[in-house]
Amino acid sequence: MIEGIGVTDFLVVSTLMFFIGIYGFVVRKNLITILMSVELMLNAVNINFVVFNKYLYPDLLQGYMISLFVIGIAAAEAAVAIAIILNVYRNLQGIDIEHVNTMKH
Amino acid sequence: MDISNIIIMRNELSLIVVVLLLLMAEIFSSKNARYMLLNVATGLFALHTILGFLPTETGELFGGMYRSTPLIILMKNVLNIGVLVVLFQVQGWLKKPENNNRTLEFYLLTFSTLLGMSYMISAGDFLMLYLGLELATIPMATLAAYDVYRMKSTEAGIKLILLAALSSGIMLYGISLIYGTTGSLYFNEVMGNLQMNPLQILATVFFISGLGFKISLVPFHLWTADVYEGAPTNVVGYLSVVSKGASVFVLVAILFTVFKEMAPAWNPLLMVMAIATMVIGNLFAIRQQNLQRFLAFSSIAQAGFILLGMISGTTYGMATVIYFILVYVFSNLAAFGVVSIVKNATGKDNIDDYNGFYQTNPMLSMVMLLALFSLAGIPPLAGFFGKFFLFAAVAEQGMYWLVLIAVINTIVSLYYYLLVVKAIFVVRVDNPIEPIKGDLLARMGLVITVIGILIIGIYSPIFEWVQSVSFGL
Repeated sequence: MIEGIGVTDFLVVSTLMFFIGIYGFVVRKNLITILMSVELMLNAVNINFVVFNKYLYPDLLQGYMISLFVIGIAAAEAAVAIAIILNVYRNLQGIDIEHVNTMKH
Repeated sequence: MDISNIIIMRNELSLIVVVLLLLMAEIFSSKNARYMLLNVATGLFALHTILGFLPTETGELFGGMYRSTPLIILMKNVLNIGVLVVLFQVQGWLKKPENNNRTLEFYLLTFSTLLGMSYMISAGDFLMLYLGLELATIPMATLAAYDVYRMKSTEAGIKLILLAALSSGIMLYGISLIYGTTGSLYFNEVMGNLQMNPLQILATVFFISGLGFKISLVPFHLWTADVYEGAPTNVVGYLSVVSKGASVFVLVAILFTVFKEMAPAWNPLLMVMAIATMVIGNLFAIRQQNLQRFLAFSSIAQAGFILLGMISGTTYGMATVIYFILVYVFSNLAAFGVVSIVKNATGKDNIDDYNGFYQTNPMLSMVMLLALFSLAGIPPLAGFFGKFFLFAAVAEQGMYWLVLIAVINTIVSLYYYLLVVKAIFVVRVDNPIEPIKGDLLARMGLVITVIGILIIGIYSPIFEWVQSVSFGL
């Protein structure tokens, strides 16, 4: 436990991070920045798991375990997404979201 | 832990063996031999599918993280058959010259996603559920972007991976709130500990929206049409049938067990979503010209019907949902089979291109007719019974107004399915699509789906058996 910092403080930070991530996902125009917004959301989730584990259920391990898995999967997801973004760049010479709308009807 | 129990995971184990064998084969084979590997891969998977029907034990593994019941085994077998049909249909496309040096990747990615779905279905723990879901999603995006030189395919891939990441992020946030309020991730321990407090209601909503993306419920449907239009046709067939079926099953199983106490919270939510999904799916399907996009909106509308069974919350309701998935798998695969054969042979996928299709390709036209009528719900076919049981499950709960809305939507859907049928059978043009000689395996795939559509509709013990293994709230 950290002196003077309660579970609520952490939750405020993680909630802010989560919704900043959603906001970034919606308004950003660059594909890489959109990916960064998703990472922000996943990290907010990690904070949640670790804080719940540390403060509310100190004798359990499940929160730590799932946050480790989330980190790993986020990396895998980023790798695949960046590979596809590279492909977008090869096809279009740009990674702006406005390029990626050839199918709007 | 007693290791001998691991045979409970037989389905996953044999799939892992198939994947590893193919990986080794790809490394050690020469370039010419790779052509042969297509048939080896299909044969291995056919073996795996047959293996799934042998009797097996049920039970739990890893302290309840993995579980297996007769219902779960049934679902896995259905998914295996669906993938087998997709593999039959895919041959014509994979043998094209531009796919020559990466054909085996298609099989590896497909089997990986299927492995993810199996684990997702069998999950007894939120961690396992999340891992399965991601394993089912990430390779799927690479499948959608398989045609690397075609911009539309890349676009489908990037849309799928980004929105899937967003949705799994939202779902994870819901899971973290559940962990915070109950102190466990195991389904069995969470089940008794939900008390409808505001944080848990928020968690339920987040969880449903995460899975709602996968099933493309309105308002989470916006990616569906673009991905379905851009991705390769066979991948779309896989995505819309197998992936969606697995997600629907997971959603109904978890809502009926883990979120049992939260039913007053999720029931009205599902009701609104069901109505919105049916109406919007149907209205947008009417104005589509591209057949793949058309089938995308039709599948959104079908997802709306599936939600009806969940709303009822009874054993009968769950049985109707499973039964409808069975019907939907075969009907939609038949439709996509015809579309993919035509697209691989001619490159055409607009509804207008199908004008006069019956004049030149009577057999394919009949299969398409059966598939569309089954999707619309015309009596002797399986689709009719699927919809009838769903409506009966809702009517049993006294929600006749909901049945009325659903029936009106069925009539609207009949209109646009008949538009395609009209283009194929009624309209006569001078230069219809030339006669197509599909390869043997693709034809076999179509035969399997047609048998499925007919048998499931006529042979009633199937529904009774599904009902005997289902459970209600």
